[in-house]
Parts: sequence; structure tokens; C-alpha cells
Amino acid sequence: MTAPPPLPHAELAAPERRSVESALDRLANLPGALLPILHAVQDQLGYVPPASVPLIAGRLNLSRAEVHGVVSFYHHFRTVPPGRHVLQLCRAEACQALGARDLAARLQERLGVDFHGTTADGRVTLEAVYCLGQCAVAPALMLDGKPHGRLDARALDALLDSLEAS
Amino acid sequence: MSTRIFVPGDSSALAVGADSVLEALRADAARRGEAVDVVRNGSRGLTWLEPLIEVQTPTGRQGYGPVAVADVASLFDAGFLRGGAHRLGLGLVEQHPYLAGQERLCFARVGVIDPLSYDDYADHGGWAGLRRALEMTPAEAVGTVTDSGLRGRGGAAFPTGIKWKTVLDTPASQKYVVCNADEGDSGTFSDRMTLEGDPFVLIEGMAIAGVSTGATEGYIYLRSEYPHAERTLLAAMETARERGALGPDVLGSGRRFELHLRRGAGAYICGEETSLLESLEGKRGTVRFKPPVPAISGLFGKPTVVNNVITFASLALIFERGAAWYRDFGMGRSRGTLPLQLAGNIRHGGLVEKAFGVTLRELLYDYGGGSASGRPIRAVQVGGPLGAYLPESQFDTPIDYEAFAALGAMVGHGGIVVFDDTVDMAQMARYAMEFCAIESCGKCTPCRIGSTRGVETIDSIIAGRERGDHVELLRDLCETMLQGSLCALGGMTPFPVLSALRHFPEDFGLTPNGHAVAA
Repeated sequence: MTAPPPLPHAELAAPERRSVESALDRLANLPGALLPILHAVQDQLGYVPPASVPLIAGRLNLSRAEVHGVVSFYHHFRTVPPGRHVLQLCRAEACQALGARDLAARLQERLGVDFHGTTADGRVTLEAVYCLGQCAVAPALMLDGKPHGRLDARALDALLDSLEAS
Repeated sequence: MSTRIFVPGDSSALAVGADSVLEALRADAARRGEAVDVVRNGSRGLTWLEPLIEVQTPTGRQGYGPVAVADVASLFDAGFLRGGAHRLGLGLVEQHPYLAGQERLCFARVGVIDPLSYDDYADHGGWAGLRRALEMTPAEAVGTVTDSGLRGRGGAAFPTGIKWKTVLDTPASQKYVVCNADEGDSGTFSDRMTLEGDPFVLIEGMAIAGVSTGATEGYIYLRSEYPHAERTLLAAMETARERGALGPDVLGSGRRFELHLRRGAGAYICGEETSLLESLEGKRGTVRFKPPVPAISGLFGKPTVVNNVITFASLALIFERGAAWYRDFGMGRSRGTLPLQLAGNIRHGGLVEKAFGVTLRELLYDYGGGSASGRPIRAVQVGGPLGAYLPESQFDTPIDYEAFAALGAMVGHGGIVVFDDTVDMAQMARYAMEFCAIESCGKCTPCRIGSTRGVETIDSIIAGRERGDHVELLRDLCETMLQGSLCALGGMTPFPVLSALRHFPEDFGLTPNGHAVAA
């Protein structure tokens, strides 16, 4: 009889484990600590590793299902590592009024990924967001936390070219 | 002597290159031996002119915009540091027609002051409202709010005084003040501009709420899409603590008010106050049944004031200038002013704060200058993704909660998104349902299932499959969502859908009175 294959993400690598434990040490005593902890983990690691769920649940005296339920409820939290760059395109009405639908199609075509996918070379993760509050400089996106507005096909191409060079 | 220049640090200014312009300005100034003292102000809200650079001159602040890096050398050549004439010159910014006609109450300081200067804030009327509130009894303070006629600016327009009185009158060992800074409606950015351009006003408004209702702890729930606002707010909170406006002894009164910042995580539903409270408690942001209302059983089961950023900003002002002064602005039961946000396909997008009563047409054409594309404006969505689409025939409606409600529309948080005649309203109706499906918390069936069925039904209508039957089905579905949903997400998604169907039937392949065109 062969042993069953290991579960995916069954183990947290040591550096990741240290990040999660450090977030727990700092934040576990806050009232309503779960979101601050998940943010701290994702800010540090770029995502919330599924293998961190039992660790977090144990410390907060929650079930793993409760923690998983929270991670999966919120669009912001990722459960797989993102690419080296995260590009968040606004798909809401004000940006649509100035061509965001065309930009979305162009991005997907140029990057060869759908929303919430990462390019094969691991360079860019494309995410959809619903309003960046940049509605008076629409259409807008955020690239690695920096806002870009008044986009058109040319500006978008220039931005993508700069990523390819990076 | 160095010249003071203002280069906005507002994220919309950054989105169109303000940082690069500043870099070029500094480099050119150094090369020419000019000393400049740079203030990173908020945005004036003349957003189409961003990056809008201002220079302090003896006669006032001269504006230039929109400035690109390539314009910097010519600005120096034109002597802009002394207010010299240049093709991007806007004259004295305060006298710009876009600003001169506004009633900037909440936004009096935004774009004017250094957002992180405690003293600049104090010199412009800051903390006077909190001092006044500290001199009052809680009952007097709550009475002031009631007398002002202020209604919640987040969108629901519930009378703020009633909410506060409920919290004050509910005995509890702990009470909370929560700021809803989860500004998720597309087309809205007044909270963001306030947080980035005048963060102390939120701190002051929340402290007033605390001392007026007996709450000693406050939480700001800020959306994760606003990292710049988060940085500014954290720095301002730190300063307010150091200077004694927050903490165990608020402005030397011996009263306590602590403030915490929590980040949302990209869920639109968390703008609904009970979902927001669930999220603050570390849970999935699902909607709670009401009653009990949060004013009686809110955060961690305790009496909680939940108000929007602009509500708190208005309160600081109401305590500074008096309830009667504030109440004199506005019309009918909509008192005071509302910061309106012009967005989407509009030539002069930005922030216009006006007393209630200004018409949509004035906003779209006098302030907004018509569409950005130069094509006719066909539809306008007011109040975010749950707001109705209004056609040209309704543009004379005044901004007033009741006037909008009478049309089956809503003022909401004051966002106005403009579409020109290239818009496909059947697609916008479909998007409304799609957005509801993406953002539904899943607790109630009409919203969770209805939104997905709505997308499918609109797809059938667009494709012309049994169009008449599907239109009837869509109306029926909307009725179910309107009547049967637990909160405004499912309960109001029908507004954009039904208004699109009513006013733009041709986009759905229907006759003007809503019937399917005979094949």
C-alpha cells in the first residue's frame, strides 16, 4: 500500500510560519482580531496561505471553518501567492462610462489571463476592483498600490510595457 | 526668501502625475536657484484640472493646471513663482467660478490647509466644535444635532439626532462610535478627499459623538482600496493623540476618547452598517436582522453610533457654528449642504458642495460643463450602484432626499455618474444585477439567488429569447427583491434595473411603452 499524497499546502514554510506567528503575537488580543491578523499576514506574504488557517484558528479559539469562512468572504484576501506586480482595474460604473470595458478586454488580451489570474511568467496578477474613488479621473487602476487615472489604450500599453521592462 | 507652493498629495492628483510634476518642479527650482517651500495639500476638487499647482502670492493663491512634467520649464520661464501669466494659469483659485458658487462647509479646509498640520487645522476653525461639545451636557449636545436637521450622509439619510439620542438613552457599561468609511459607491469620493485632505475633521466629529453619547471608544472602518487615506489618517490620529485631542483627557476635559482604525477587505456589503459591525467583530460581513438597531445593540452588542465620514465632518461644523446656522442651508427636510461628486463622462469632474436644492441640471451643465466626450448626456446615475438611472427629462429635479424618493431614485452619498449617448442601458442594467451577485453577502434568498437570475433574465432579453415573457419575469423578480431582501443591496438593485427598463426601453429591444417589438 502506498502512502496517500501529501495535502497541498499542508505545511507552512518556516519564514511564512514566522510571519503568521508574529502577526498573531502582535494582534491576537485585539477585539475582533481576525481581519487585522489576515491583513497583517497578506501585507507581509502577499496572500493568506491556507496552511495558516489552523494556526490562526487555534490562537483565536475559532474553528478552522470560521477562519476559512472569513478569508473566503472578502474579495481582498488571496489564497495563492500573487505575481510580482498586482494590477487592480476598476470595473465600476464611473470607469465604465469612459471605456473601462474596453480596457478590461485589452488587459486580458495583452496579459493572457482572466481577472484574478496571474501571468504564466509570474509577473502580473490582474484583479477586478469595484471603485478606487478615482471616479473624476476615470478610468482608473491601481498598480502595486499606486493609482493611475485618465487611462486610455495608449497609457495602458505604456504601463504594461514598463512592467515588461521590470 | 522661499516661495510657498502647493502640490496636492490627494490620490487623484497622484493618479495623474502629481508626484512626477513635483519632482520636476524641485529639480528645476534647484537648477534656477529658486527656493520653494512645498505643501502637499488635499485636492480643491477641481479634479479635471489636476495636477493643480498653486503658488502663494501677496494677492492670494494663484493656480496652474493641469500641469504636466513637460510644462514645468515654461512655468518657471513665465515666472509662475510670482504669479506670472501662463497658458495653464487659472488666476486666484478661490475666485474660480467652479469654487466661487459653492457652499463649501464640510470642504472649507480641503485643498486649503496642510492636511497633517494640527496647527493649520486649529487656525482654520478646527477643534472649536469639540470644545463647544465639551462645555455642553450630553442632552444639550444631542439636542444640537437634532436641531440642526442633519441626516446621515452615507446614503440612508436617517436623522442623526434620533440615532444619537437612542445611544445616549440606552444604559450600558461600554458604548462605541463607529465611522463608516467604506465608501464603496462608484462615483463617490468625498470621504476619500476628506480623509486625505482634512483628516482631523473626522477625528473631531467622532470625538464630539463620543462625548455627546457617553462612548469612550471609536472605530474607523476604512476600505482597503484607500491606502493613501489610511496613511494620512494614521498619521493624523497619532498627532491628535500627541496633542491631546484623543486619549484619556480630551482637550484637557478629563473625558476619555480612544480611536482605532480598521481596514475593510474589499466587500461592498460592509458599507451596510450591520455588515460593517460584523466585519469589525472579525466575522464574515453578513447583514444582521434589525431590530435591534445598532444604536441599542451594535458593536460587540453595545450601543453604537454608526455614521459616515461626511456626517462627522458636518457635525464638527454644526458644533462650531451652531445648529441654526447649519439648518438655514437646504430645502424641505434636507437641511445643510451635500458634497456632490461629478464623475464618469463629464467635462469638469470633481467635487461640488452645495446646499440641498441645487438641480441636477445645474450640476451637470453649469458646474460639470456637459459630457467629457462632447456628445449628449443620455443617462445619469445618482447615488451609487443602487441608484436609479435618470433620463434628461428628470434633470430639473432638485438634490433633495424627498424629491429623489418621489422618482424612485435616491440622493444617497451624492455620487453622480454621467453617461453619454453611446451607453447601452441594457448592459448597465445587467451590470447592476451582476454587481449585486458579486457583492451579495448571501444571507437572504432574494438577493443571493435573485441577482444571478436577474443577469440570466436580462441576457435572455438582450438575446431576444421570448423577450416579452422575460421582461415580465424581470419585473416580477425585481418586485421580489424590492419587497423581500434584508438590506438595501438586494432591496435597491432593482432601482437601476427598472429605471433603465422604464426610461430606455429601446435598448432592451422594446417599444416606448415597454412591449416587446413584434418579430
